Amino acid sequence: MTTPSGTPGEAIPRPLDHYLDTASAEPLHPAAREVLLAALERGYADPRRLHRQARDARLLLDNARAVVAECLGARPDEVGFAASGTDAVHRGLLGLVRAQRGTARTGVVHSAVEHSSVLHAVGWLDSPLHASVPVDASARVDPAAVDAAARSDGVAVVALQAANQEVGTVQPVDALDLPERIPLFVDAAAAAGRIELPSRWDALAASARKFGGPAGVGVLVVRREVRWSTPFPGDDGLDQLGGDANVPGALATAAALQAVLSEREETAARQHELTDRIRRAVGSLPDTEVVGDPVDRLPHLVTFSCLYVAGDELVTALDRRGYGVASGSACTASTLEPSHVLAAMGALTHGNVRVSLRRDSTVAEVDGFCAAVADAVAEFRSGAGL
Amino acid sequence: MTTPAAELDCRGLPCPRPIIELAKALPAVALGELLSVVSDDPAARHDVPAWCRMRGQEYVGEEAADDGVPRYVVRRVS
Repeated sequence: MTTPSGTPGEAIPRPLDHYLDTASAEPLHPAAREVLLAALERGYADPRRLHRQARDARLLLDNARAVVAECLGARPDEVGFAASGTDAVHRGLLGLVRAQRGTARTGVVHSAVEHSSVLHAVGWLDSPLHASVPVDASARVDPAAVDAAARSDGVAVVALQAANQEVGTVQPVDALDLPERIPLFVDAAAAAGRIELPSRWDALAASARKFGGPAGVGVLVVRREVRWSTPFPGDDGLDQLGGDANVPGALATAAALQAVLSEREETAARQHELTDRIRRAVGSLPDTEVVGDPVDRLPHLVTFSCLYVAGDELVTALDRRGYGVASGSACTASTLEPSHVLAAMGALTHGNVRVSLRRDSTVAEVDGFCAAVADAVAEFRSGAGL
Repeated sequence: MTTPAAELDCRGLPCPRPIIELAKALPAVALGELLSVVSDDPAARHDVPAWCRMRGQEYVGEEAADDGVPRYVVRRVS
């Protein structure tokens, strides 16, 4: 056996000059970094044990739950920490269905533009009663259509995102008028820390790395009065989802959420202006379409599609120019299927770029990005003979 | 559906090539005439109608070529 040489991490490249993919993962918030480092020293023990170190870890974990609860308008015992945003979605949604086992209610009603973690969870449940509700050209569902679908026989749960992860459109969650017995699951991963969250839901999930917390921490909130059972092996309850608690991660998540919320309105106003600037500049390019609601949307995110350009080549060309962005085009997906969100909206699926700003993104950076897009798109089109 | 004046065989071409071929072929089609593109690329199902909307042309619909590959039909209206 050979001994590996070098230290882990030394091959990690320097961060991009202009990282514009915070909707996938935001750089760790300074407040979260500080707390994470301190909690790594202190929060290593198993909070279920009875010794002093465990009591210390328990204290930190309870503190994290209390802070997250306050941030999300919940009670501490309604908050749990999962292994990721995806894990929180799976446990939250599947647990609401699981609690109704033995009844005839097995179907999930959801919008056509839910995150893949929601769609995967729905697909995992064997039921002929699932229903996908279509969206309009801005990716918004009609709340009356969701209400109507929820009134079909055999519906167990309704799932609707707070805002769309790809195009930023805010969904009319608080406008839903669901039957009393049907729980509502809200995927708030794209929206948490960005906009005011819906006020009426039964379970809600978020992802720490999308608001400046550490990767590998999901937040699941389940209202105390709601019927929810763990859908995977293990004890019921939210305290130790999936086994051992990531105490430092939970505490850093709480610190990040608290910090971004204290700055939210100011950050959102600044980002909204910057994304408006991108919408105007990119929207004026020939054969380019900015998608998603122009006003009622996430402040930090903007998505557009350019005719005749391959999404993966555009992302690579922008990366070479120093801008790190995401894309919903088929050629950037492992499945070779284009984004189900863009398809459901009737938007162009190729040449797609999703830009999401950091808290410290500047006008100069945004202008440089728009110039890089214009330059790269013109180059591709002339290369294609157009 | 009426027979298109021209048909583009884009089998095996990845996105956005079928749309590029469509754009290149359009000028040779008379106003009111049909142009079709045969494509097995899953993105074409969404992108041919989107191209029509963005370029002010009419999307007529989808049918199947003899080998079952989708054929997307467009009418030049501008």
